Amino acid sequence: MTDKVKIATVSLAGCFGCHMSILDIDEKIIDLVELVEFDRSPLTDIKRVSYCDIGIIEGAVANGENVEILRDFRKHCKTLVAIGACALNGGIPAMRNHFSLKECLLESYADGMGLENLCIPNDPELPMLLNKVLPVQQVVEIDYVLPGCPPPADMIWKFFTALLEGREPEFSAQEIRYD
Amino acid sequence: MTRRISVDPISRVEGHGKITLQQNENKEITQARLHIVEFRGFEKFIQGRPYWEVPVLVQRLCGICPVSHHLAAAKATDMLTGVKQLSPTAEKMRRLMHFGQVLQSHALHFFHLSSPDLLFGFDDEVRHRNIVGIIKDFPELAKQGVLLRKYGQEVIRLTSGKRIHGTGAIPGGINKTLSTDERDSLLKDIDQIIEWASTAVGLFKNIYIEHQSYHQQFAKITTNMMSLVKPDGALELYDGGLRVKQADNNLFFDHQDPLQYLDLINEHVEPWSYMKFPFLKSLGVENGWYRVGPLARVNNCDFISTSLAELERKEFMALNNGLPVQSTLAYHWTRLIELLHCAESINELLHDPDLLAGELTVKGEMQKTGIGVIEAPRGTLFHHYEINDEGLVTKANLIVSTTHNNQAMNESIRHVASQYLSGNEITEPLLNQLEVAVRAYDPCLSCATHALGKMPLEVTLLDEEGHLIDRKHKATH
Repeated sequence: MTDKVKIATVSLAGCFGCHMSILDIDEKIIDLVELVEFDRSPLTDIKRVSYCDIGIIEGAVANGENVEILRDFRKHCKTLVAIGACALNGGIPAMRNHFSLKECLLESYADGMGLENLCIPNDPELPMLLNKVLPVQQVVEIDYVLPGCPPPADMIWKFFTALLEGREPEFSAQEIRYD
Repeated sequence: MTRRISVDPISRVEGHGKITLQQNENKEITQARLHIVEFRGFEKFIQGRPYWEVPVLVQRLCGICPVSHHLAAAKATDMLTGVKQLSPTAEKMRRLMHFGQVLQSHALHFFHLSSPDLLFGFDDEVRHRNIVGIIKDFPELAKQGVLLRKYGQEVIRLTSGKRIHGTGAIPGGINKTLSTDERDSLLKDIDQIIEWASTAVGLFKNIYIEHQSYHQQFAKITTNMMSLVKPDGALELYDGGLRVKQADNNLFFDHQDPLQYLDLINEHVEPWSYMKFPFLKSLGVENGWYRVGPLARVNNCDFISTSLAELERKEFMALNNGLPVQSTLAYHWTRLIELLHCAESINELLHDPDLLAGELTVKGEMQKTGIGVIEAPRGTLFHHYEINDEGLVTKANLIVSTTHNNQAMNESIRHVASQYLSGNEITEPLLNQLEVAVRAYDPCLSCATHALGKMPLEVTLLDEEGHLIDRKHKATH
């Protein structure tokens, strides 16, 4: 158990599509769990990341909690991998950077259709939103990035197998996609 | 003196949320809340974008049910382009895509996310209570779950071009049909898929019946149920009229035009969550909340059009002598009945020659308002867009499935908190019970935070003035 490669995964401000693309390796997941052990991940009930060989980050950085979790992953993971458009360049969530945060909040909670008890949620339990959504590399150093929205499962599998076999992952120009 | 306890993040759900509890000096739980902690602002930032981008853009609300958002937005753009009726080929391709979506999402939720609680028990060891544990202890079942999900993803890929965030639906129709080879590749496995879906229903039924009193009482709340139904009252996932059924089987309204949704539903805002609280306007915020999703759809419909799923529906409805079943854990049962219905419906559609050829799109006169409503895996999904003379979005309103269940999820955790936690020392397995209740709804927290997408589960304990007493992160306990 302990000699398995330990992997932690997290989704920050994203849609979970990259995690779904990991699951799109389909039945190969049955082989994968022979080789790796999952630490903190949306698929497990482990809530805090411990020391891991590989950390996988999906999603952009949109609030204080995202920053905290991302730094925690950097601290605990030997190799940190950013997957997908949101982590890489902010993706769709960064579209809100064209507006002020206040405008976005007002639209959802005050100026929108069919609303009552208008207020901007501001409870201490809610993390502070960042004024601008950031790609992960603006917050911590990242070792690898896999582009795509989401990166295809074949690319993810090829990447994992290379890392697990101690090889440097390599992709042809045709394999690298951003859609 | 009150304690604050938190479950953060909620795990084995899509997205991030947290639960906070307040416990008074007698250890009674005086407050339990489910918080959605992220905000994305889709309704604002799609303003100024051309309407034809919207189906591709807003599906990025959610990587688990992108097709549902893609199709709800496509239906809205149909309306914007003045199209009332799609070609038979386009409608059937979209329906096939959506059956693939609901099948894969339901398989994912049951096998990958929730089955560990149901097969190992909520108090199983933390490091074992997950899909890896299922692969090790129930390899055949795990394989079936993985392959059921794969099949749904393949249906999506062949109808939309990609497994996640494809582009099959466009204003007024679709951009591809199935080739004979593509159809045959899906037909080849469909009998096996139907069989595995049947097995899954049987498996859950046995678990439910074996622990019937627990399953019936756990997190049970009595609510109205809302869903689309077909004009003949059949279960419907793609299009139809709105029905709200009350606990006594009375239809509060039926076959309401979903385009009039703003006359029926409003949303209440609370300062402690980014997720809003929808309610039926005529009943008001206190009494007007309801549930959506598989439990609501199966309770609401008069019948299911496919034979195996209809037999299962009848058996299910006998649980409460024909009245709506209110057990929260029965969500799983109905989710699997729908899984079976999707598999059977895919089989029917694959035999339809309209999928292989026909008119792809139709055209009409541009309109300023577009509303698309669909039954996503987790419940009724509303997309509403207003555009200007240049075809740019000026206003948007999205009410996603999980948001409708906001009050119900909060009521369910309150119920669990008072049933199992109140008066006790808080332990990890007790906290997992809160998550088991949330998981039953299969919340899609990314979707729900379109207003930004995510929710970890943390339980915190506050005193009566709201001061932090204790914060419990499940895994570190």
